[in-house]
Amino acid sequence: MEDFISDWVARHGADRDRLLPLLHAIQEEAGHIDPSLVPVLAEALNLSRADIHGVITFYHDFRHEPPARHVVKLCRAESCQARGGAAVEEAATRLLGVPMGEKRGDGRVSIEPVYCLGLCAIGPNALIDGRPVARIDTRMIEQLAVEVNA
Amino acid sequence: MASVALGADDVARAFEEAGCDVVRTGSRGLFSIEPLVEVEQDGARIGYGPVGPQDVAAVLDGSHAARLGRVDDLPFFASQQRFTFARCGLTDPVSLDDYQAHGGWKGLERARSLPSAEVVEIVTASGLRGRGGAGFPTGIKWKTVLDARSADKFIVCNADEGDSGTFADRMLMEGDPYCLIEGMAIAAHAVGAGHGYIYVRSEYPFAIRTMRAAIEASAHLVAPFTLEVREGAGAYVCGEETALLDSIEGKRGQVRAKPPLPALQGLFGKPTVINNVLSLAAVPFILAEGAEAYASVGFGRSRGTMPVQLAGNVRHGGLYEVGFGITLGELVNDVGGGTASGRAVRAVQVGGPLGAYFPPSMFHLPFDYESFAQAGGLIGHAGITVFDDSVDMAHMARFALKFCAAESCGKCTPCRIGSTRGVEIMDHIIAARGGAPASRTRQEDTGYLGKALYSRAPDRIDVSVDAQVGLLRDLSDVMKHGSLCALGGFTPYPVLSALDYFPEDFGASSPVTEAAE
Ligand SMILES: Cc1cc2nc3c(=O)[nH]c(=O)nc-3n(C[C@H](O)[C@H](O)[C@H](O)COP(=O)(O)O)c2cc1C
Ligand code: SF4
Ligand code: FES
Repeated sequence: MEDFISDWVARHGADRDRLLPLLHAIQEEAGHIDPSLVPVLAEALNLSRADIHGVITFYHDFRHEPPARHVVKLCRAESCQARGGAAVEEAATRLLGVPMGEKRGDGRVSIEPVYCLGLCAIGPNALIDGRPVARIDTRMIEQLAVEVNA
Repeated sequence: MASVALGADDVARAFEEAGCDVVRTGSRGLFSIEPLVEVEQDGARIGYGPVGPQDVAAVLDGSHAARLGRVDDLPFFASQQRFTFARCGLTDPVSLDDYQAHGGWKGLERARSLPSAEVVEIVTASGLRGRGGAGFPTGIKWKTVLDARSADKFIVCNADEGDSGTFADRMLMEGDPYCLIEGMAIAAHAVGAGHGYIYVRSEYPFAIRTMRAAIEASAHLVAPFTLEVREGAGAYVCGEETALLDSIEGKRGQVRAKPPLPALQGLFGKPTVINNVLSLAAVPFILAEGAEAYASVGFGRSRGTMPVQLAGNVRHGGLYEVGFGITLGELVNDVGGGTASGRAVRAVQVGGPLGAYFPPSMFHLPFDYESFAQAGGLIGHAGITVFDDSVDMAHMARFALKFCAAESCGKCTPCRIGSTRGVEIMDHIIAARGGAPASRTRQEDTGYLGKALYSRAPDRIDVSVDAQVGLLRDLSDVMKHGSLCALGGFTPYPVLSALDYFPEDFGASSPVTEAAE
């Protein structure tokens, strides 16, 4: 990862405002942002470690450990709630065997809450491994559980 | 993205396999007919929807049951005034030829033939007010930046669109990206800015991709103005303009105290225009057609059109652009067709998570900034979320407080601590009325994004509901007056409106208005 960071900085610059794009790039490359990278980033962008740590922990998107093999992001905002989101959430946590906001012990799947995907009239909605899926129901969750456990 | 979420990729592939020329457009805005396929024959576009991959043959021979005729003639579309969304869903989003053929760049051309100050005057005369929520006159903001003396100035587009029930920014960026680019180029000419940023939330990967492609393809047309997309990282508060600037600068997205105004000391300390997507995208029409053409529609001091977003439990959800002044009831019942579940409408929330909940008895309210403010609510980004009679309003009030606690930037105490305290009060109220389905409260306890929020199960209820309600009102008052930005300051809107209009859900024994005094 150290090489990745120095390459990236060489190509895109080391100004402070490069921090967010760089963090996105790291996460895309490695799946998460390992806490051990904080000093490397601090050095590369000439910022304090506390500063880098503060930014990484402020934003919901940045992961601190590797993601599960399948990531299910379920929308829990108002419009999806109005369309039966709670029942879908209940079915997902039960059928996938993992509570909201957690990664399953075997690392195969995690369920993460998101706040609105901008698909509010066709909910409940989810991003399943990055793919938007609308009008989720229990049957779709059952199918997903089969895939996840396969 | 909406159509894709409903399976449009498979449909497109099926048509391609059948030997058709497939053009992927943005959304027309009526989700109940998506995926929508329009077949062009002898210059007419005949719509079919919703269409699945198995329907290809029937669509091609015109026998499909979902044949809609000309889409423009459907009442949902015929009754709109599409100033901003005129092209959305009609054109190939990144085709420069399409954009030009449908009137693109006329506004920029006109703007560049005029001195900066005159462009600002035209925008002022149009009556355009910021569509991001606060409704501040766009022309006045631009004038401040124009008059600020600095070699560097910036145009920043706020495409964070974090409110639930809103998706107009996303639709415009995915469906007509050049319209936003043209609006930003006009703004740049009007104030003398050289570079612009579009800050898009990370939940919108399709919009990010489309905007980047469009920026690249149109670079020669907007030069010397240059543009780039910045991707957010999942923080609601970054929609607040100063938090957004900090985020672009690579910092935690925390709200800055004002003054100084961003118009004078914004991005990197330089004069900055920061506007919502819809504000900027309204500008090409205003320049091309004239201020009067825009200002001639509207209601009171709310001029022009508003792209209203109908969402939640609504039959015909989607984007409906219309002049201000249409009533809330017309939007929900006539345009939206009532609930999708077929049950009675009980509440609608207008303006995202910080907006008030209104019962049907308020459906006479005209859609207009002042009318909504007077009724204790806000238009915000014009998202309308419909709920049927199964909604539990105490739960919704609790959710609003919990959302505020999870998304607070942490700068001020009423917002950071008060919201958490508010969740506790709601837990007491819900437990005392003995009502909430246990499953609901329990799963809520993980908190948004897995953050463990302090939320003690109420083990000892020794205070009356009325006392708790009084406490909730006091707390709301502190949040309203003691918060630096609208995240903490407006959270009382959903909470108090739920309490005022739906007291029965809170189990209050006496009329709640009395408890407040
Ligand atoms: C917590 C919070 C979130 C906001 N989110 C957004 C947003 O997602 N998009 C937006 O355009 N404005 C948002 N705003 C309003 C902006 O601060 C600002 O008023 C707006 O970008 C100005 O642009 P306009 O004048 O074109 O509306 C938000 C404000 C607050 C307090
Ligand atoms: S009200 Fe909340 S989000 Fe706004 S500045 Fe204060 S702590 Fe931050
Ligand atoms: S509320 Fe779920 S997608 Fe908007």
